[in-house]
Amino acid sequence: MGLRNNIDKIKPNFEEGGKFAKFHSTFEAFETFLYTPNRVTTNGAHIRNYVDMKRSLIYVVFALIPCFLFGTWNIGYQHFLSVGESVTFWQTFGYGLLKIIPLYIVSYIVGLAIEFIFAEIRHEEVNEGYFVTGFLIPLIMPVDVPLWMLAIAVAFAVIIGKEVFGGSGMNVVNPALLARAFLFFSYPSKMTGDNVWIAEKADAYSGATPLGTIFNGGSVNDLPSLADLFIGTIPGSVGETSKIAILIGGIFLIITGIASLRIIISTFIGAIAMTLVFNVLGTNPAMEVPFYYQIMMGGFLFGTFFMATDPVTAAQTNIGKWVYGFLIGAIAILIRVANPGYPEGMMLSILLMNVFAPLIDWCVVACNIRKRKKRWAAAERSDK
Amino acid sequence: MDKIKIRKGLDIHIEGEATKQLEKFEPKFCALKPTDFIGVLPKLHVAEGDDVKIGSVLFHDKNNEKIVFTSPISGKVKAIVRGEKRAILAVIVENDGKNESIDFSSVDNLIDRMLQSGIWPMLRQRPFATIANPDDKPKHIYVSMFDTAPLAPDYDFIIENQNDALAKGIDVLSKLTDGNVYVNVCRDARPCVSTNAKNVVVTEFSGPHPAGNVGTQINAISPINKGEVVWYCYPQDVIAIGKLFLTGRYDSTRIIATTGSAVKNPHYYQTRIGADITPILNIDDNARVISGNVLTGTKITDNSFLCYHDSQVTVIPEGNKYKMFGWLKPVFKRFTDTNTNGDTRPYIMTGQFERVFPFDIYPMQLIKACLIKDIEQMEELGIYEVDAEDFALCEVIDPSKTPIQQIIREGLEFIRKETC
Repeated sequence: MGLRNNIDKIKPNFEEGGKFAKFHSTFEAFETFLYTPNRVTTNGAHIRNYVDMKRSLIYVVFALIPCFLFGTWNIGYQHFLSVGESVTFWQTFGYGLLKIIPLYIVSYIVGLAIEFIFAEIRHEEVNEGYFVTGFLIPLIMPVDVPLWMLAIAVAFAVIIGKEVFGGSGMNVVNPALLARAFLFFSYPSKMTGDNVWIAEKADAYSGATPLGTIFNGGSVNDLPSLADLFIGTIPGSVGETSKIAILIGGIFLIITGIASLRIIISTFIGAIAMTLVFNVLGTNPAMEVPFYYQIMMGGFLFGTFFMATDPVTAAQTNIGKWVYGFLIGAIAILIRVANPGYPEGMMLSILLMNVFAPLIDWCVVACNIRKRKKRWAAAERSDK
Repeated sequence: MDKIKIRKGLDIHIEGEATKQLEKFEPKFCALKPTDFIGVLPKLHVAEGDDVKIGSVLFHDKNNEKIVFTSPISGKVKAIVRGEKRAILAVIVENDGKNESIDFSSVDNLIDRMLQSGIWPMLRQRPFATIANPDDKPKHIYVSMFDTAPLAPDYDFIIENQNDALAKGIDVLSKLTDGNVYVNVCRDARPCVSTNAKNVVVTEFSGPHPAGNVGTQINAISPINKGEVVWYCYPQDVIAIGKLFLTGRYDSTRIIATTGSAVKNPHYYQTRIGADITPILNIDDNARVISGNVLTGTKITDNSFLCYHDSQVTVIPEGNKYKMFGWLKPVFKRFTDTNTNGDTRPYIMTGQFERVFPFDIYPMQLIKACLIKDIEQMEELGIYEVDAEDFALCEVIDPSKTPIQQIIREGLEFIRKETC
């Protein structure tokens, strides 16, 4: 094959002692992108499964495509709705593309540049982790986020969130969420309120998200219908409005075994349980919101399927995953209801539990160790 | 009879199962490789050109002089293969076809007879998978009567007509321990053990691989505690032990299954321990010959000598080909060649090992403890209950493509060297 021959011809330049040895990691990244390597097993198991890190992570990107497509269309739909123009499907979608593509360009150029530089410095292979992070970040941003802000957020998330800990697989908190949280706290006026969710919104039009409505004292009656929430024709972050799109991607992730069903189920249980507690206490409209609205609003579903299940930052043990998911769901609702200042409780809840996940695992493993030591002690007693 | 069902694991189906047809193959050469045994430092008893009989000592272990390794065939010592720092890699014996063997029936003591005949190294211990120490009293002895690894030989077929030797062998084993001899069979297996010994316990196992691994069975019956030692061996070893006490001679016969997609007409051969199997394989260049199965076997190059403990040879195509966008392509046939299907990465996915690892142990945590060589952590996380082969399935499915068996082996070796 011509391409393969050309690659083999230039390959020596990038190896130890070659002209471009400095760019070994970069070359390797492109080479393995085009071709899976010819590496064979040496000792141990002689066969390996076909799933590698590239495939695992590309599955996540596949799963996000429905959200991406719907989100792109919804950008246009919300814009033309607010200005009161009626346009064709392709105009709507095209408008959305024009808005979202710059976000993707910034996300990938900034993020991948940092990844490649760190890989070269460490003489490691470039990790595929940023494929997913870079795809996620624009989907959880308000559409009108300024590009320079996005660039800073990406740089912060990749360097402070990931590379300082050692790169993919070593990070404590989810880098995509960290990027969002960074902007949320640094530039709140661009990240919350009624004016950021619709691209080039007409001033008179209310652009409140369902969560915003509730926590400004509105009641369930002021919300869009459940059907609208489910289909996703509402203002919100780019990728999180359509629950159908999220479910399609989420189910794909569950079937391929990438996302942990334990975390997803327990997050739902936690959220529903917490909502029911508030419903019983119910002293204000926010507490009276029924659980099916809580699940449909804001980033809950998107966070559950795509953020809470990030294997690196979630609990790693199976029992730990149940605890971790439950607490994410419960705390997300707690923040939503109890603190109107931060309507998007899901982001904060996941970040919080990211930090506690290692502790949860530590406790689970400690139980296993205690059981083993008891058995040792019993065996010693019976010897005597 | 107790029944135990193993719930986690994975049966890997690949091409090239051996048909139940037995052919006799008397090898021209046999080799005994010290590298087949963990921690053995060989001291030679023979030189090139010496005449040997079946049962003549070729070398002993410097760590324990009582443990000797004897010739599986009669003939001449053809070569002593040395590697780096003159380490002995193999002692090769040329077969003269006379099958002269030494009679050990005058040695009365059970253990002495096993030691002198060179049959002792068939008994191994856990933890560490080293040769059993004849001075130990093991807590229990385990024999797995079936194998669930990919293309594994069918022991029912191998044992056929050898029930007397098997029963005698089990009888001998039962005298080596104050605990039990656990004979573990699979469902649907023919009853194969008839013994009068009181401490022989037959347990029926079912479920996917690694249900047939002795490590899985030990863990399900009575996990090893710190400081304990158990012994184990394979069915053909038990038969050899039985024959030693029925006839007084070392019987080095071994039935092996040739398997794998690169073998023409895969079937069973009756041959010898350490046999040079090159003539029966007849394979093309770009194939890998594995003594054992594809999960835990040893890659054999140059001279295809069977490894000491193995009853199977697998030959599969090498996977040294580039695949364009191979990480993106849909896959219809898994496990066809030796390609790693990706590069080594940090551990990112979680919960995958737990699906194929039927132990009450946290595999990822134990792997990481082995990587950082923290003995206390390894102990606490259950290192004594496992051996490298128990992690073979984890290694196969690992999306990070790390050498997990090697990591566990190095962890175990680290502890063995620090503590023994």
